Amino acid sequence: MTELDLADRTITEVAAALQARETSSRELTEACLARIERDAERLNTFLAVDDDAARRAADAADAALGAGDERPLLGIPYALKDIFVTRALDDDGHDLPGGLPTTAGSFILEGYRSPYASAAQERLEAAGAILLGKTNCDEFAMGSSNENSAYGAVHNPWDETTVPGGSSGGSAAAVAAGQAYFALGTDTGGSIRQPASLTGTVGMKPTYGRVSRYGMVAFASSLDQCGPLARSVRDVALVLQAIAGHDPRDSTSVDTPVPDYAAALTGDVAGLRLGVPREFFVTGMEPGVETAVRAGVETLENLGAEIVDVSLPSTDRGLATYYIIAPAEASANLARYDGVKYGLSADADALWDNYDHTRGSGFGAEVKRRIMLGTYALSAGYYDAYYVKAQQVRTLIKDEFDAVLATVDAILAPTSPTVAFKIGAKVDDPLAMYLNDACTLPVNIAGLPGISVPCGLSEGLPVGLQVIGRAFDEPTVLRVADAYERAAGFAELRPPTASRA
Amino acid sequence: MASISRDDVLHVALLARLHLDDDEVDRMQAQLSHILDAIETLRDVDTSQVSPTASVIQLENVMRDDEPGPPMTREAVLANAPLRDDPFLRVPTVLEEGR
Repeated sequence: MTELDLADRTITEVAAALQARETSSRELTEACLARIERDAERLNTFLAVDDDAARRAADAADAALGAGDERPLLGIPYALKDIFVTRALDDDGHDLPGGLPTTAGSFILEGYRSPYASAAQERLEAAGAILLGKTNCDEFAMGSSNENSAYGAVHNPWDETTVPGGSSGGSAAAVAAGQAYFALGTDTGGSIRQPASLTGTVGMKPTYGRVSRYGMVAFASSLDQCGPLARSVRDVALVLQAIAGHDPRDSTSVDTPVPDYAAALTGDVAGLRLGVPREFFVTGMEPGVETAVRAGVETLENLGAEIVDVSLPSTDRGLATYYIIAPAEASANLARYDGVKYGLSADADALWDNYDHTRGSGFGAEVKRRIMLGTYALSAGYYDAYYVKAQQVRTLIKDEFDAVLATVDAILAPTSPTVAFKIGAKVDDPLAMYLNDACTLPVNIAGLPGISVPCGLSEGLPVGLQVIGRAFDEPTVLRVADAYERAAGFAELRPPTASRA
Repeated sequence: MASISRDDVLHVALLARLHLDDDEVDRMQAQLSHILDAIETLRDVDTSQVSPTASVIQLENVMRDDEPGPPMTREAVLANAPLRDDPFLRVPTVLEEGR
């Protein structure tokens, strides 16, 4: 055991302690709940917590542990981004005890109680993990700072005056702040990796199709993917193992075997060829970020990996491509919020007015902007010029990744061009905000797996190194990130507010 | 320079069934024009020989066996409805009188 507080340790450490009966799930749960309560106002990470339900589940996990149950996530407390629906109603339409609401960070879903569970909730429940609550996020996962939540901004535990990144900002901040041992996020253009980078945590977007999207509130269906945030690469591998796999209820989930991810963590990268795409060191990248990322590349070279300079020439087209495809898909997905079936209703006298006013008052500024942008791109006369064009450039971007990944085993890049920025700094300039995802969104466009792992500090704030791999080659991505993490010495980076015992 | 007019904004808002108040329309006009300027850079890319990608995975016509399973109960489905008239959802007037 390290010197870290119980709440700040890794899953790997506390799971071993659970199996050895040196701690209990109840003790871990109390440690997280204490942090959640202590920092509720300071960080605003959670939108809903049910501590009684968490305590009951922890006691049940302790009983199972006592009976010799060895499931790796048994008794481990976690949080779900409030984009995953959690079952809150029984078959009679009555509230289930311990059922949590689902808001997607939006007023339009305020008070919504789902009649069914997301695949993520089901799988983690089956793994014996303890659900603590739902984390704050940008509205409908649209944002890079968590300032677009209808329920207030999340504060970065490293510096409360800065953002935690987004859109899975609550999940990332909760993991960084010792409020949960892991959390699930969703990543459409960087929404797991970028907040992981800004909070000094590890966050992975698996290959599109690797994890079921069933019960994930849809943003852009050809880009959305669910993935874990945790405090080590090994922890992320453990969680991915529990959530990966085919689900017939998500027709885009791919029926291909799930490898043993922990087995991939050999610590050995000797002989691996790792490409560094020059286009990812973009204009506007902070010098401190570039220094930390280049040092990370050097660490891997010192471990015996062969570093190769590669080119992905269409990288600078990624932003424009993404900001056509994602809003177009969003404008269609968000058509369902009509004030009829669930959620907010404006109570207008006529149906068409009710649609207009429910949506006009229920959606926030960024969501409206994207609905407008997407509707425009799909409208008569513009469809070919914008939407089809973007899908063609998508092909180019994907083909370039495939060609490079045919010559190297994985790609190394920055996760975010900057460290955490001040709350309010970019809210009036949507385009400046979109640039935060310049290094992550090409990976979604190509559907590939990517992970962000801490690679040091710049100006006292965390920087992330991104590892990108071939489709369904999460093992190599995890192997590279884990070997780096072991060698780099940043594995025990915690925010200054985390106390040391 | 992509210029999007006030009327364009109002037309798209109508298509999207999204009420915008006057200053939102102004702000949207300025911001969408700015964003569209950045997006229009795609015009320079030669895609004459490139087919579009709608999805990165090569799945086609995913079918399941046509076996009935238990549906969600009516009570659970209706529980979140803002307006209900059991066993139905209720909506405001669709056809106004005299039309």
